[in-house]
Amino acid sequence: MHLISPVLWQFLVNWLEHFALFPPEASGIAPYADALYFFLILISLVGMVLVVALVGGLSILYRQEKNPVATQIEGSTLLEATWTIIPLALFMVTFVWGALLYFRIYDPPANAMNIYVVGKQWMWKAEHPGGQHEINALHVPTGQPVRLTMISQDVFHSYSIPAFRVKREVIPGRYTTVWFTPTKPGTYHLFCTQYCGTLHSQMIGEVTVLTPDDYQKWTAGSTSGMSLAQNGERLFASLGCASCHNGAADARGPNLAASYAGRVQLSNGSSATVDDAFLRDAILNPTMHTMAGYAPIMPTYQGQISEEGLIDLVEYIKQLNTNYRVQQTANTTQVPSGVQQTAPAASGMVKP
Amino acid sequence: MSTIVSLPDQSTATMPKRSYLNAEYGLKSWLLTGDHKRIAILYLISITFFFFIGGAMAGLIRLELLTPQTDLMAADTYNKLFTMHGIVMIFLFLVPSVPATIGNFLIPIMVGAKDLAFPKINLLSWYLYLAGGIFTLAALISGGVDTGWTFTTPLSTHYLNTHVITAGLGIFVAGFSSIFTGLNFIVTIHRMRAPGMTWFRLPLFVWSHYAASVLMVLGTPVLAIALVLVILERTIGIGVFDPAKGGDPLLFQHLFWFYSHPAVYIMILPGMGVISEVISTFSRKRVFGYTAVAFSSVAIAVFGFFVWEHHMFIMGVSNYSALVFSLLTMLVAVPSAIKIFNWAATLYKGSITFETPMLYAFGFMGLFTIGGLTGVFLGSLGMDIHLTETYFIVAHFHFVMVGGMLMAFLSGVHFWWPKMTGRMYPEGLSKLAALTTFIGFNLTFFPQFIVGYLGMPRRYAAYPPEFQVLNVLSTAGATVLGVGYLLPMLYLTWSLKYGKIAGPNPWQATGLEWQIQSPPLTENFIETPVIDYEAYDYEWLANKTKNEVQTVG
Repeated sequence: MHLISPVLWQFLVNWLEHFALFPPEASGIAPYADALYFFLILISLVGMVLVVALVGGLSILYRQEKNPVATQIEGSTLLEATWTIIPLALFMVTFVWGALLYFRIYDPPANAMNIYVVGKQWMWKAEHPGGQHEINALHVPTGQPVRLTMISQDVFHSYSIPAFRVKREVIPGRYTTVWFTPTKPGTYHLFCTQYCGTLHSQMIGEVTVLTPDDYQKWTAGSTSGMSLAQNGERLFASLGCASCHNGAADARGPNLAASYAGRVQLSNGSSATVDDAFLRDAILNPTMHTMAGYAPIMPTYQGQISEEGLIDLVEYIKQLNTNYRVQQTANTTQVPSGVQQTAPAASGMVKP
Repeated sequence: MSTIVSLPDQSTATMPKRSYLNAEYGLKSWLLTGDHKRIAILYLISITFFFFIGGAMAGLIRLELLTPQTDLMAADTYNKLFTMHGIVMIFLFLVPSVPATIGNFLIPIMVGAKDLAFPKINLLSWYLYLAGGIFTLAALISGGVDTGWTFTTPLSTHYLNTHVITAGLGIFVAGFSSIFTGLNFIVTIHRMRAPGMTWFRLPLFVWSHYAASVLMVLGTPVLAIALVLVILERTIGIGVFDPAKGGDPLLFQHLFWFYSHPAVYIMILPGMGVISEVISTFSRKRVFGYTAVAFSSVAIAVFGFFVWEHHMFIMGVSNYSALVFSLLTMLVAVPSAIKIFNWAATLYKGSITFETPMLYAFGFMGLFTIGGLTGVFLGSLGMDIHLTETYFIVAHFHFVMVGGMLMAFLSGVHFWWPKMTGRMYPEGLSKLAALTTFIGFNLTFFPQFIVGYLGMPRRYAAYPPEFQVLNVLSTAGATVLGVGYLLPMLYLTWSLKYGKIAGPNPWQATGLEWQIQSPPLTENFIETPVIDYEAYDYEWLANKTKNEVQTVG
């Protein structure tokens, strides 16, 4: 072959060296997903062999030359029941197995470390709580459950890491989460799998799995100097949030200190848990959940804060335990409309 | 309980002097016809035209994917190609393929009627189809549309400035053509059966078309609503799907898949009807478990409406609702399995011959089994997370739609070609075409399962170089497949003039359509037939006196 066409020969050799039927297993969940895959391949093979054997075998046995006279048969309830119940049973096993895997992939453990991901046409932006920002890349340590809290700034995207066997849609206006525990250091593909416009196929990147030591080094070496919460604090001040949400007795807005993960009473009588989605809605659509005891006077910030800015604010409110610094800021800085001057330079940029 | 059926001597067969083909002459007699058979031919010509347009796009897509880089065309062009390929193939070819052509031709004859219940609505449905097709072509010629055939919001409503509205209108109008066809079938099957033609004497072809018609009539309006909302959102910004206005972009997908999942069954059920007829005829044996096969069609139609969310398992729907939809998806797989096993059991103790329609039917059974089983992979929640939106899903639905439905369509076209035209197709060439299609198909789409599990996302104009070999295989297969589809196009056209004269019942099949002359008279039957035998009653056929065959002239 290599005498006939050296190019083709190269091509084939290259392929045989890199030929793979399965992507690498690099997360805690991957072996479980592959186990289900093998089970499904097995029942498919059995089903396929059965159908081919039946059709092929019967065609040979009862071809016209061999069997010139057909015998008419009505049917058989017993056989119908057999080939209803056996496939049904196999499908039910698949259903339960698949459901267990699904709940495992989509229910993050409590000790997972959180990384925010913002998808936009056509890039992935990852934000670590320590303030590390990455574009089309993600650095994660082995052995540590990682939860991604994701949102899209424009259209539907989908965050897919085949080597981890996880994927989740990234939706505008709504946080979605996915989690995994990386197990094998290396670099793996990151794809956007939901068609999102012109450069959909360029919305790709690399997931780098590091050993915990290397990850520490990476974290220390690539911080922007400001954590997400610190960015959020600046934004909180510059947007004038403190003028109402300052925790004073006569404040016009609810006290935010230590509010995260608590339950609050709404003016329509229902109650809600303060989580990322609740805070995001409260900033963008304040009338959606008006708190009991407060007038619906908060203006909407729709279109004024980017998704990254919202994440900064949420992170800030998450870590806000006392209103001491809020009140200090409210009393000392007089920012009439000085958003541009005080906006942080790093990220969480306020849209001009 | 045994029957000897021997094929009639075709050398003595003569063309009938009068038939629906020569009842009237001139273009006007075709364009203003109310005859279901002529409308079926009009449909056949138009869907073939769109099939080759969609096929040419598929060819260009595969050519671009030969190399990992975007070198043949720009990413935008690629996006437009796969969008138009999907729209043309699904709405202008697969949905009308079997029902509007073979179904239109045969349903009235099979139930013993002179025409469909509403001949003028039938003609209107063809004109609507044509209008839909022209809108789609207009969108294509004026620059194309790149939403993907799924029109996902907010991409389609706010982020693209291609011809979304034109293409959306095309699908909207073509949708009404499918509603009218479905409506016509339902009324015809209910009201126009010949005396003695009870529900359980109907051929299974009619049962599966009945089930598909119910889906068309109930499902298509929801698609129309979804498209109108997209158009309104684009033009006046009503905000139903726009999160910035308090809308929900996911709502669109619920509406869209509420139609588009049943649409899969609209496409496949009529094909299953073809397979039942073909397998029975070439085994000279009644279909094993007639009632099981008939009711499995109904079961598919009923369950088919309650599985749409399995397209959205990873989209942030409630985990518990995903659980329900996954369970229902598993249930809808069972009736398809029942059908496959019943067809296989029909072969048992048959007297089997292997004419071209039978070869296509075997191809259908094999490929549809793979397509169906890989559907179970995707219906299984945890597996779907890894597989969805990759080439695995592309391979899966091409196995069902192309491997299944297109094989069934070609099987049906060959099977009823003598009835439609009065002439035989060339047997040797057509067997070669069936084989070529089968090989080409497997070579094209099987590698896509592997590359999908490796993680290659669908709708990518460029991909990582390690996926190249599998893509090269796929493109090579597509070339073979293309030859497999061009061949029938050529020899069937050739056979219109040079094919052997078929005679009324070349296959010695039992259906009512085979008891009348080929090609049939405009009024189908000289006098209304009275049915006193079951479907697939080969004994009745063997005892039937030869001169009962109704030929005029």
